[in-house]
Amino acid sequence: MTVSVEPTSAEAEETEPAQALRPHAEDAFAHELAALAAQDDRPRPARWKLSPWAVATYLLGGTLPDGTVITPKYVGPRRIVEVAVTTLATDRALLLLGVPGTAKTWVSEHLAAAVSGDSTLLVQGTAGTPEEAIRYGWNYAQLLAHGPSRDALVPSPVMRAMAEGMTARVEELTRIPADVQDTLITVLSEKTLPIPELGQEVQAVRGFNLIATANDRDRGVNELSSALRRRFNTVVLPLPESPEAEVDIVSRRVDQIGRSLDLPAAPDGLDEIRRVVTVFRELRDGVTADGRTKLKSPSGTLSTAEAISVVTNGLALAAHFGDGVLRPGDVAAGILGAVVRDPAADRVIWQEYLETVVRERDGWKDFYRACREVSV
Amino acid sequence: MRAALEEARPRVVLIEGPPEADALIPLAADEEMRPPVALLAHAVDEPGRSAFWPLAEFSPEWVAIRWAQDHEVPARFIDLPATHTLAWGRQEGEAGVAGERPLDTDAAGDSAPAPDSAGPDSAAGPDSAPASADVRIDPLGVLAEAAGYDDPERWWEDVVEHRGAGKGDALAPFTVLEEAMGALRETYGSGGHDRDLVREAYMRLQVRAAQREFEDGVAVVCGAWHVPALRQKATVAADKALLKGLAKVKTDMTWVPWTHRRLSRFSGYGAGIESPGWYGHLFTAPDRPVERWMTKVAGLLRAEDRIVSSAHVIEAVRLAETLAAMRGRPLPGLSETTDAVRAVMCEGSDVPLALVQDRLVVGDVLGEVPSAAPAVPLQRDLARLQRRLRLKPEALERELELDLRKENDAARSRLLHRLRLLGVAWGEPAASRGSTGTFRETWRLRWEPELSVRVAEAGVWGTTVLSAATAKAEADAVAAQGLADVTALAERCLLAELSDALPVVMRILADRAALDADVGHLARALPALVRALRYGDVRGTDTGALAEVAAGLAERVFVGLPPACAALDADAAQEMRGHVDAVHGAVGLLQDAPAAGQDHLRVRWRSVLRVLGARDTVPGVIRGRAVRLLLDDGELAQEDAARLMGLVLSPGTPPADAAAWIEGFVGGGPGGGMLLVHDERLLGLVDAWLTGVPAEAFTDVLPLLRRTFSAYEPGVRRTLGELVRRGPGAAGGATGTGPGIPGFAAGLDQARADAVLPVVRLLLGLDEVEEDIGDTDLVGVTG
Repeated sequence: MTVSVEPTSAEAEETEPAQALRPHAEDAFAHELAALAAQDDRPRPARWKLSPWAVATYLLGGTLPDGTVITPKYVGPRRIVEVAVTTLATDRALLLLGVPGTAKTWVSEHLAAAVSGDSTLLVQGTAGTPEEAIRYGWNYAQLLAHGPSRDALVPSPVMRAMAEGMTARVEELTRIPADVQDTLITVLSEKTLPIPELGQEVQAVRGFNLIATANDRDRGVNELSSALRRRFNTVVLPLPESPEAEVDIVSRRVDQIGRSLDLPAAPDGLDEIRRVVTVFRELRDGVTADGRTKLKSPSGTLSTAEAISVVTNGLALAAHFGDGVLRPGDVAAGILGAVVRDPAADRVIWQEYLETVVRERDGWKDFYRACREVSV
Repeated sequence: MRAALEEARPRVVLIEGPPEADALIPLAADEEMRPPVALLAHAVDEPGRSAFWPLAEFSPEWVAIRWAQDHEVPARFIDLPATHTLAWGRQEGEAGVAGERPLDTDAAGDSAPAPDSAGPDSAAGPDSAPASADVRIDPLGVLAEAAGYDDPERWWEDVVEHRGAGKGDALAPFTVLEEAMGALRETYGSGGHDRDLVREAYMRLQVRAAQREFEDGVAVVCGAWHVPALRQKATVAADKALLKGLAKVKTDMTWVPWTHRRLSRFSGYGAGIESPGWYGHLFTAPDRPVERWMTKVAGLLRAEDRIVSSAHVIEAVRLAETLAAMRGRPLPGLSETTDAVRAVMCEGSDVPLALVQDRLVVGDVLGEVPSAAPAVPLQRDLARLQRRLRLKPEALERELELDLRKENDAARSRLLHRLRLLGVAWGEPAASRGSTGTFRETWRLRWEPELSVRVAEAGVWGTTVLSAATAKAEADAVAAQGLADVTALAERCLLAELSDALPVVMRILADRAALDADVGHLARALPALVRALRYGDVRGTDTGALAEVAAGLAERVFVGLPPACAALDADAAQEMRGHVDAVHGAVGLLQDAPAAGQDHLRVRWRSVLRVLGARDTVPGVIRGRAVRLLLDDGELAQEDAARLMGLVLSPGTPPADAAAWIEGFVGGGPGGGMLLVHDERLLGLVDAWLTGVPAEAFTDVLPLLRRTFSAYEPGVRRTLGELVRRGPGAAGGATGTGPGIPGFAAGLDQARADAVLPVVRLLLGLDEVEEDIGDTDLVGVTG
């Protein structure tokens, strides 16, 4: 089960009112980190704020000997967090893979906050990310006035992390163009960043490491070169394990969003939510909930995040154009849109699913009819 | 284990196992003997009743046997004789395998003897995994839980296996374990293992006997669970009383080859080890087990074309070790190495990891048994069946005609089919010479000497021909690659009447069908499945499940066919047209099958055909075919067909497309041309279109048309030619039989019919022969 514990009201109370809309992890959970650090008597790797055990506790939650409650930041298999933390403790870089909505960024931010006490050394990967974002740029006024020098150099977050022995983060690594990605190879293998213009280099200090996240549906965008890939230990963040957990996440999030959009609350929405989650899970896993029939999986990701948007959309439909109760018809169109991404292949998959699974299921008659209506 | 034995130097080794196998112990030293093997006990008159004691290379019992042999110390089995354990199975009415698995090779592997000058000697090793966890408590699980572990195997690994060999007292772990078990037994009593009391009583008696014989230096290798009981001072009389009146069955024992995969199987007669490959590796690796393991994994992944460098191996080992430290374990265990392999070598993906799991952690090792080992029960069962069915194995080839309506013949057919499934090709099905009825089968029989070897090999699968064939079919189904393979297997299962294997095969078939995105594959599988259904009918097998799967398959084809027919090139269209024909035939047959919802299928299929016939993106050949099939079924009136044909053949359609349509409509199948011969209007349309094709396009359509019309029988071709030569004006070229059929004359035109006769005679070469055939019979046929 994976839940991104989004910053909610509890967090807002901890931070001071005039603060940012979304405070950094190390600020939001400062007291937890402090409590952990105070009671952490295990050996810490160089420049780590906490020992690996304490980092794992910080992410997975627990109660400290003095009674401080550490909230779980990541609800999911313990194994994943252990491998991730252990990777950071060696000098290998960590690559978090997963479909959208599996809390990759959330985990990477908290890991950086717990390990280095700073989650801001961040490079956001886009198709337009330049090499300067990973290596260094120049302050041209300085450069023109005084010629090349370290003062004219604008270090990237990665460079700063190397110099200070901190944890750098690269978001959406696979969106970065391949040639720019490869600048990371020297950084990760030689642990040094040469500055040929000055004939100098920045060597990584102990404690430096890098966490990258990538969407594994996007592999085709800018697949990592095998040379770079080899420098990473890969951890795949899974989708929620049990249907109950997912229904829970969806209904909670829908509730939050609904309130912020001032949608009237739908009383009997839970059944429909369960249905949406069931459809999503079955198609995603390629097997029916009872485990008896296999199914083809469509090309869409069908993540929890999408289920949330389908339900929210359905709620809006029901509130504005329906009778305020979430009905099959309200979610059918949304589901169709989420499932059928590739008009040819996915449509066949969806039809097959409707005819072989939905039609026969007890109590799904109205849903079947609603889907048939929008599918034609 | 070995270390403990070396230290103890006992004068006799007693092993938890059936005493009937004592005579078989020397075979263990045979050069050809290669673990994993299993001791097999079976009731002599009932080969299906059997029990297995699997032994892997790293099993403590195996180690003890080999150690005893190497040091020329007698080894004995001291557990309750298989005679009784098998009889227990009978009392409970358990079919097949006796529920008891007395000898344990549980994960833990090492159990060891403790020399004890004072009392009976003890040994440790985890008890056999509980046969049914809900009834019997799992002693290791309880201990592990008490120690705060979630997984008993992990606890065992940490506490016992990773102690690091060689330092100090090799026996210390066993003593500790014994105490723990003693405490447990005080708490839980016999823990639901009622039979254990009896077994322990027997073991105590045996231990005492051995002590009398050898005084000190008796080593016992058994599950740790039994240790406190063996130490317990019970009177001989009490033990004997417990053993009184045990039922007996005449049993026979032998060694059979075993596989690691079966060791890992919990069901049936597995020893309940999840990772025999891993333990085998730990046992055989001289040093640095983790490094060696990672190297093995890398080798496997490289062989499967994954790029894994030495650097990967180094990093994986480092990660595993750091993980172990992080989890507070002395050495990396299987879970650490697996996590490391996943993160470093498999790029986080579980797919290559599954391969590692399958090939290495479980492993593919196949044991071997010396030829001197007694015959396997399968051989006996086969011999029995051969006698009963009066089918003697003969080296001479001979043919055998079977009439499946007769009980004996049906049983013979089943036996031959089952043997074929097992790879024992005694009989080859041959084409029937006489009748072609489905109740007849012809076999060519020939018993080659190497078939006996095959039978021995097949002994791995089961103890009777039936159970072995069932197990083999199930395994084959799981391993089958394509959908068609599975359907073929289903057919064979039906022929061999393996009703137990059928559900598994069906489930896999349904799974494969669900995941196969190629309509072609599905369409190809459907006819075989329907055929299988019909065989099932002949033989009176229950085919309800099969019909269900077939219906599901058909449903998938219906959904997938229209999109799959769009935008095809000529060759693909031809192939697809074949699929359409095949599915049409299958759906027709399915309708006859007695299963619910078939009517629905037929209706659905017609609507699919209608869609195909009307959609412009579908290639002409398929459209034509769909219209033709509907017409043949009477779903489409002749006028409608003519209208559709007119549409296609109108000048707006590219000539090549129209020609393809014609091919689909009248080409191919038997009697394709007959329609044109009979229906003047359709022929007229074709004729009019053909004459209207522009000269430059004509060369394009010519090959297609040629292919269409050259496939007709010469008679039809000639008739068509005649008709066309006569021109569209000359109505009634064909001989109609009744009035009112469009395109036909009202009655039989005698003069014209006579005019046809010379042609018919010419075609049939009847000129000199009897004259009167043509008049009545053939006119109707050739028209």
